[in-house]
Amino acid sequence: MSAPDPPDTPILTFDRVERRYGDDDEVIAVGGVDCTIQSGSFVALVGASGSGKSTLLKMVNTLVTPTAGRVLFAGEDVTEQSQSQLRRRVGYVFQGIGLFPHFTVGENIAIGPRLAGETLSTERISELLTLVELEPDMAARMPDELSGGQRQRVGVARALAGDPELLLMDEPFGALDPITRDALGEKVRELHERLGLTTVMVTHDMAEALLLADRVLVMDAGLLVADASPSELLKGGGGEVAQGLVAVPRQQAEKLAAMEGRLA
Amino acid sequence: MESFAQILFGLGDKLAAHVVLAASAIGLGIAVALPLAVWASRSQTVNRLALGFASLVQTIPALALLALFFPILLSLRAVFGEGLPTLGFLPALLALALYALLPILRNAVTAQANLDPGILEAADGVGMTSWQKLRLVEAPLSAPFIMAGIRTASVWTIGAATLSTTIGQPSLGDPIFAGLQTQNWALVLAGCFASAGLALVTDILLGLIERGLAARKRWQWAGGMLAVALGLIAALVYQSGGDDDDAIVIASKQFSEQYILAQLIGSQLQKAGYKVEYRDGLGSAVVHNAVTSSNIDISVDYTGTIWTNNLKRTDNPGREAMYETIKQWEAEEHGVRVLGRLGFENAYAFAMREERASALGVETLNDLVPVAGQLTVGGDPEFFERPEWTAVREAYGLDFGETRNFAPTFMYNALRSGEADVISAYTSDGRIAADRLIILEDPREALPSYDAMLMMSPRIADDEEIAAALEPLIGAISVEAMREANFAVDREGEGKLSPKAAAAELAEAIGL
Repeated sequence: MSAPDPPDTPILTFDRVERRYGDDDEVIAVGGVDCTIQSGSFVALVGASGSGKSTLLKMVNTLVTPTAGRVLFAGEDVTEQSQSQLRRRVGYVFQGIGLFPHFTVGENIAIGPRLAGETLSTERISELLTLVELEPDMAARMPDELSGGQRQRVGVARALAGDPELLLMDEPFGALDPITRDALGEKVRELHERLGLTTVMVTHDMAEALLLADRVLVMDAGLLVADASPSELLKGGGGEVAQGLVAVPRQQAEKLAAMEGRLA
Repeated sequence: MESFAQILFGLGDKLAAHVVLAASAIGLGIAVALPLAVWASRSQTVNRLALGFASLVQTIPALALLALFFPILLSLRAVFGEGLPTLGFLPALLALALYALLPILRNAVTAQANLDPGILEAADGVGMTSWQKLRLVEAPLSAPFIMAGIRTASVWTIGAATLSTTIGQPSLGDPIFAGLQTQNWALVLAGCFASAGLALVTDILLGLIERGLAARKRWQWAGGMLAVALGLIAALVYQSGGDDDDAIVIASKQFSEQYILAQLIGSQLQKAGYKVEYRDGLGSAVVHNAVTSSNIDISVDYTGTIWTNNLKRTDNPGREAMYETIKQWEAEEHGVRVLGRLGFENAYAFAMREERASALGVETLNDLVPVAGQLTVGGDPEFFERPEWTAVREAYGLDFGETRNFAPTFMYNALRSGEADVISAYTSDGRIAADRLIILEDPREALPSYDAMLMMSPRIADDEEIAAALEPLIGAISVEAMREANFAVDREGEGKLSPKAAAAELAEAIGL
């Protein structure tokens, strides 16, 4: 593992990043984002479907390349780095989980190092499984023998296998039931602390963002419309779109509280 | 007659040749289709072109595709030299491989298109290069579907490989074609049974591999592959044991007389201590090219056939002049040695049932002219394409009501059942006497003579020992002797003989 960066060093910088699609670049997915993410922070990227948040995340490990502007990882343009090197330094948890169905759990976890020509030891695989609260003997199982929650835990273990400096998560808990989702969210936050990671998580769920992240970026129509801490957002900051998203869980909480009041 | 079981167990060498041919064709098909499928998955243009081409190939009948490779390879000799084989294994391999292409290609392309995009993104996300992605993710996940395509292709190819007999490649088609020709149904059945059995076993084994791949059970797919490999090795070993470069290859066209003469020549050579191999059931047009290129060594051809088809002559200089001209032309043009004439003619002639002819008052082709409009003429599949047909029609101004194609054997049945009134018969055919047919005279000599000649390929043309061994056959076979032998093979029921047995009786009859 590389030496942890001192806090408040920028690890990730978006420099007027744009991504357009179509023959005449008429479809704008990301329309010019400027932003710096400090080492050690847990950032949530929130927005409605089609707001460009996933595209922005994918430009970090070059699954999508910018049509204009640059993404700097540890000070270097990501498109100029060796792609396989870059993807090893950046752990990625996929929305669809994306476990390889023909590999065992252990083989799935070990794939990143294997691609770099290293073999992950059984001990290390056990350690990673334990880290995500799975039994070490699960390494021999096939993904289709696991529950959805267990599978995404394996997905997290796979992302962590290469000792990444940066953990990217694209709607990691989207497909999970609320209880599993809550437990896994807490677990990821705990791992973030314990391993000294920098984490960027894409989610459409503002409650999840407020509960887990130190900093919330809100996207709308390809643009960054808010950049605030959870407490600032709860105090009413961040602007109209952000407050629209905060209003949903707040109203739900208030309704629940009112119901509890009536029952008491 | 041999029993069905005896025939079946005697098919070992044909089965081995069939397995090696079909497996090679499928192997080549896979080797071409898989890289093409990968390319097609990355380019829409390639996708459309490759699948379009493979579909187009499927629309060509297998028999035609096999035959087409002869002229293609012949023209490719300009590039690859005279050593390029134009008959036998190579054209059969290429045609069948083309045929196997479509199911493999289509399944591979479909499998790739249907891979879970989430998994492909994950492959990129964990840092796989495109080669690693192909090897570690796309290939193993597509494998069961590709295997299903290979399975379909294998069953097709094993079936279509029986047709490679017609271009001189031994296969399980040999007994089928020979049996169809000589009305030996046990032989046909044995060939079909062996071919269907092979296809069935292959299908079961490949199905085992396919399910093993889908269920990721290593022992299952590895076991299936092992069984397939063992079968292939057995076929190769069997074939390499039976194959002999020194052997003299004797060809026969697709009719009984040719099968009998091939056996007669073979036994004559074996008596002289030579090893022989037979290429039975070759297409008529293929035989001459095969002997000039030494793909086969000995054939029996007919003066009239060579005269019109190869010398492209339409005049009729008379029997002797025609033979001498051909003998000289073959030697100068191809280095083929015409050893001599066997003594009988197998000419094209028009035949009718006696009672039908007398009812119509027909004795010569001239008499046929006024009534031809109400009659149906039957011919073998090539007759109506031959210059002899054109010559007869022009010489007499014949215009039949209807023309129909029949396999030579069925032509006589058609005459008997009244489905044809006149047929293009062969003068050496035993059924002419047996069916009490009359041969219509040809007063204008429109039809050339058809002396049977023994031809030796350039490879053995100068071998006087072989020539000496075959010399006793020259001038030895009368048309009556040949008719009798032909009838023994063509007849049904009591007294029916295999070509080999008929050849033995013929040898005895002519005092060999």
